[in-house]
Amino acid sequence: MTDINLILILMIFGSIIAIETKDMLSSVVIVGVVGLFQSLAFLILKAPDLAIVQLVVEILSLVILLRVIIRKEESEPQPHHDYFPMLLGITLSALVLLFFFPIIHELPEFGHPIMRVAKEYIETGLGATGAPNLVSAIILDFRAYDTLGEAVVLFTAVCGALVVLRKTGRKKSGESETET
Amino acid sequence: MNKEPGMTLIVKTVTRLTVGIILLYGIYIVLHGHLSPGGGFAGGVIIALSFVHLMLAYGKDVALKKISMPVASMLESFGAILFISIAFLGFIGGYFFFHTLGKGEPFSLLSAYMVLLSNIAISLKVGCGLFLVLVSIALAGKEIKK
Repeated sequence: MTDINLILILMIFGSIIAIETKDMLSSVVIVGVVGLFQSLAFLILKAPDLAIVQLVVEILSLVILLRVIIRKEESEPQPHHDYFPMLLGITLSALVLLFFFPIIHELPEFGHPIMRVAKEYIETGLGATGAPNLVSAIILDFRAYDTLGEAVVLFTAVCGALVVLRKTGRKKSGESETET
Repeated sequence: MNKEPGMTLIVKTVTRLTVGIILLYGIYIVLHGHLSPGGGFAGGVIIALSFVHLMLAYGKDVALKKISMPVASMLESFGAILFISIAFLGFIGGYFFFHTLGKGEPFSLLSAYMVLLSNIAISLKVGCGLFLVLVSIALAGKEIKK
């Protein structure tokens, strides 16, 4: 119990540092550190599938963010003195906490959920699909619709990136066809 | 210092030693997705990361020589078509995503054919898609710099 609390506290500190630091490069690096702590937290909570995915996606997004930051010429964020968004955030958080405070002690205890939904999958999953890894069995067999939606989202994102960042076909109307 | 693209000799040597192992680990994660933790998404991202590793160390021309952009685009579309055709194959047995492909022997590599094929399809899709995104970011950055 204490290790997961320690990791959560470190993640909160890392997020605050990532927001408050002036240098963009160190901010991106600290975002990566927070993601690695997240992966460790998944591992401690006994979700190795999620830990692997979190680790590799964090590395890939770190590479993309670093490329974008290094290419940019002026990486210094302008200091701003706009306190309205901060006040709005604090007020909304306080309101949400106020409304949810009466039901917080009604929530089930951490780590002791009542396995109502998962019980059936655990009992019949191996027999119905033949896959010992229940996470794969659920996301690719029982709940394959969700995976199809995720694949469509990824396909759309890649298509959008390729269309926006494409190299050929970006011609003005006056240019001739034979150029480039 | 040196005119050739990419990073220093140290990074290039380490990359030459590790990039094959990373690619092999990605393929292992994909093929064992129905037996051990991992699966199509994680394995696909690791496969993409091995090509990104090559691209960062040696410059993007070397990586694009291994797998060019039209080939990657075609593989990504092939993954999407494979996944949706697995879904439509379910109409033989009854409904969308019904597993008609059989279960096989549990705990062996060739089992749970629907999960195995879906893992391969998703890994092709995710790996080639993320590689294409990074290549296009690199190309666009070069164009802005010019």
